[in-house]
Amino acid sequence: MTSEDRAPVDFGFGEEEEMLRDLARKFLDERIPVETLRQLVAPSPVPVYEQGEPPAWDRSVWEDLVELGWAGLAVEEKEGGAGVSMVGIAALVEEVGRHALPSPLLACLACSLVLRSADSEVARRRLGQIAQGTPAALAITPGDGSWEPERSDIQARRVAGELTLDGTAHFVQDALKADFFVVTARLNDKLLLCTLPADAPGLSVEQNHIHDLTRDQATLRFRQVRVSPSSVVTDDGAEVLRRAWPSLLVLASADLCGSSEWQLQATVEYAKNRKQFDRPLGFFQAVKHPLVNAMVEIDRARSLLYHAASCIDAASVEAEKASRMAKSAASDAGAFISDRSVQLHGGIGFTWESDVHIFFKRSLHGQVLWGDGIHHRKKLAEILIDRDG
Amino acid sequence: MAASPSSPEQNDFREYARRWLQENAPPPPPERLPMSPLEIMTVGQRNYLQDWQGQCHAAGLIGCDYPQSYGGGGHTNFQPIANQELGHARVPFMINIVGLSMAAPTILKHGSEEQKRRFIPGALSGGEIWCQGFSEPGAGSDMANQQTMAVAEGDNWIVNGHKVWTTLGHFARWMILIARTSRHHKYDGLTYFLAPIAGHPGVTVRPLVKMTGESGFNEVLFEDAVIPDSHRLDDIGKGWAVAMTTLTYERGAAESAGGTGGQSSDPAQGLIELARETQRNGLCAAADPVTRDALMQRVIAMEGLRQSARRARVPGLCDHPMRLPLQQKLLSSENHQANARLGVEIAGAASTLYKLDPNAPRQGYWPLSYMASYGNTIAAGTNEIQRNILGERVLGLAKSK
Ligand SMILES: Cc1cc2nc3c(=O)[nH]c(=O)nc-3n(C[C@H](O)[C@H](O)[C@H](O)COP(=O)(O)OP(=O)(O)OC[C@H]3O[C@@H](n4cnc5c(N)ncnc54)[C@H](O)[C@@H]3O)c2cc1C
Repeated sequence: MTSEDRAPVDFGFGEEEEMLRDLARKFLDERIPVETLRQLVAPSPVPVYEQGEPPAWDRSVWEDLVELGWAGLAVEEKEGGAGVSMVGIAALVEEVGRHALPSPLLACLACSLVLRSADSEVARRRLGQIAQGTPAALAITPGDGSWEPERSDIQARRVAGELTLDGTAHFVQDALKADFFVVTARLNDKLLLCTLPADAPGLSVEQNHIHDLTRDQATLRFRQVRVSPSSVVTDDGAEVLRRAWPSLLVLASADLCGSSEWQLQATVEYAKNRKQFDRPLGFFQAVKHPLVNAMVEIDRARSLLYHAASCIDAASVEAEKASRMAKSAASDAGAFISDRSVQLHGGIGFTWESDVHIFFKRSLHGQVLWGDGIHHRKKLAEILIDRDG
Repeated sequence: MAASPSSPEQNDFREYARRWLQENAPPPPPERLPMSPLEIMTVGQRNYLQDWQGQCHAAGLIGCDYPQSYGGGGHTNFQPIANQELGHARVPFMINIVGLSMAAPTILKHGSEEQKRRFIPGALSGGEIWCQGFSEPGAGSDMANQQTMAVAEGDNWIVNGHKVWTTLGHFARWMILIARTSRHHKYDGLTYFLAPIAGHPGVTVRPLVKMTGESGFNEVLFEDAVIPDSHRLDDIGKGWAVAMTTLTYERGAAESAGGTGGQSSDPAQGLIELARETQRNGLCAAADPVTRDALMQRVIAMEGLRQSARRARVPGLCDHPMRLPLQQKLLSSENHQANARLGVEIAGAASTLYKLDPNAPRQGYWPLSYMASYGNTIAAGTNEIQRNILGERVLGLAKSK
C-alpha cells in the first residue's frame, strides 16, 4: 500500500552506515557487555526501587560516545555534527537497544531531530552544543499520556515583552542527565518551541520513580520561568514537531528492535543449553515455535523500521505512515518476545539475578513511549481509511 | 518493488513487458476461473490458461532467465521484472505452476543436457503440464517415508505405489516423482524420476474433492508402470537431495524461476474497501474501532512482508542469510489466511453465502478464500514443519524430528 515511493531499494544502507553500525556493535560489546550492565544498573533493587535513587549510568561511556561523534549523529556537518542518514542512525540505535545502554544519547538524538526540523538560528546554536556533548532532553508531553505532540500542559504568556512559562511537562525522558531542555508551550493559539537550561529559576525537575533501570524520567514543573528571546526556537512548534515526529518514532522503534533481538538471542541460547527430560529445551515445539514467531515479528518490525527511516531520508510523503507502522510493529514485537523471554527461562527468568528483567523493563517502557501499537494503528486508520478514501 | 539498480536493458524490458501486457491482455475466459492454479477443474479452463501461458512465453515474459537452448530468453534477472508487470496487469495466472516453479529449476540443476532440452521448453510454455508426486498416504510431513517402489528391469524401472494430493495430476503430461529404490536406507534409498502420466499404461489418476467443493488435486496409482531409465533425474539414491532442491524452489526460498503473477495486487486495500461498503448495525463497518484496528494490523503485516522482501536483498541488514527467505512461505500463507478471515468477519452475515448465491458479496470470495487458504498453510511442507526448519536452521535450536 505504501511501498511505492522515492526511497532507494536498498534503503540507502551503504558502506558508511554498515561501518558505523559495526563500530557501534564492537564498541558497546566491549564497553557495556551485559554483565557490566547488570552490575551498573541492577546490583540490587534497593537503591532505585526502595530508596528512589536515579538509575545509574556510566558517564565515561558517554564521554567516549561524544568523542566518537555520536552526540552529533543527527546534526548537520556545518553545525558541527556528523550528518548521518536516518537509516544509519536507526542501525546505530538498534545496537544501543541491543545493549540497553543507559545514556543521554537517545534524548540528544530526539532533541536534534526536533531542532533540525526548525530552521532557525537558535536551533542551529543548540544543535552545535548537542554535537559537542551537551546533553538535552525533550519536554513536550502532556499529562494525559497522549503522545501526539500538538498539545502541551504548559502555558506561555507574554507580559510587557517578557515571556514566561507556567505548567508541567510530563514523562520527560532522561531528564536527569540533561543540561538543557527543548520545551513546548501554548502561546495564544500556537505552540511555542524554546530551550531552557536545566537550572533555570522557577523550573523544578522531579524524578519519576520508574521500573526501567536503564533510563530516567521526570516531571518538569514550570513556575514563572523566564524565557529569553535568544531561547525561542519558533512559535510554529506544532509544524516543527509534526515534521520531526516520524524520526522520533524511528528512534523508539530502533531501540525496541535492538532490545527485542537481544531478548530473542538470549532466550535461544538458554533453550540450547538448558536440558530437561534429557533434551535441550529448544527440542520442544512449545519452546521452539514461539521463538520462531518472535523472530518473525522482530523481522517484520525491522523491515518496517528501515523502510520508515529510508522514507525520512528520501523526504517521502510516506514517512508518517511508514513510521507509525514501524512503531506499532516494534511495540508489539517487543511485547511478545518480552513475554516469552521471561516464561521460557522458567524460574530463573523470574529472578532479579537474571539479565532478562533488565531488557523486559526497557522494552516495556519503550513499547508505550511516543505511543503504543494501538495508538499508532488508530492514527494510521485515520490516514488510510478516512483520508485516503 | 523495483529490482536492485536497473540496467538500461532491464528498464527497456520493463517498458516492453508493460506495453505487451496492455496490448495483449487476454479476452475474458469462456468460463469462470478458480482462484489459483490449484483448483483448475475443466478442460475449458485448462485450454484457456494453457493458451495464455503459451502466449506469455512466446512474448518472452516467461522463462526469461533460462538459456535459449532450453526455450528460455537467455537473460539475467528479467523474470522478477516480468513477474511484477504480470502482477500489476492483473492478467490470469500461469497454469503450469509445478512445471515453472519446481520441475524446470530442478531439471536445470540436476538434469542431463538431453533432459534439459527435452523437458524445460514444455514446462516454460505450458505445452506440457507437470505435477508433483512426493506425498503419499503414509508420507506427508515425514516425506522420506516413501513406500512407492521403483525396481530396475533392464533399461527400465517398474513402479508400484500410491501418491496423494497430486495437484494438476488430472491434466499432467509429466510428474516429478520420488520413489524408493532401496529398502535399506531411509534417505539414501530414494531416487527422483520424471514420470509419464497422461495416457501412460499402469498409471491411474483419480480426483479428490477439497473442502471448498472444488477439485484440483488427485490420487495417482502406479501399477507396474514402466519408466525408462533415461527419465531418472540425477543418480540412483540421490532422490532426497534432488527433492530438497525442488522444495527450496517450492517454498520460495530461492527466487522463483517462472512467473506466477496475475493475482490481485493489494488484499489489505480490498479489505478496507469491503469495510467501507459494509453496513453493520446501521453504521459503516469502516467506522468501527475494533474493525479499524484489525484492518491496520493487516495493512502493517502486508507492508512488512513487502519490506522484508526488500530487506532480504540487503546483506548488511540480515543477520543470517536464510532468516528472511525461509519465512516467506510461512508469512505469505498466514497473511492470506488472516486477510481472508478478516474479510469473513467484516462481511458478517453475508459471508454465509456460497459463491452461486446471487447476494454473495464479491461472489463469495472471502469465505472461499478463507477455506482455500488452508491449502497453503498445509501444502509445500506444513507451517509447523516450516517453523521447525526456521527454529533449527536459523536459530540453531535442537532438532525436533
Ligand atoms: C492444496 C494442497 C495441494 C497439495 N499438492 C501437492 C502436490 O501437488 N504434490 C504433493 O506431493 N503433495 C501435495 N500436497 C501435500 C502436502 O505436501 C502434504 O499435505 C503436507 O506435506 C502434509 O502432509 P500430511 O497431509 O500427510 O499431514 P501430516 O504430515 O500427517 O500432518 C498433520 C498435522 O501434524 C503436523 N505435524 C506433522 N509432523 C509434525 C512435526 N514433526 N512437528 C510438528 N507438527 C507436525 C502437521 O503440521 C499437520 O498440522 C498438497 C496439499 C494440499 C493441502
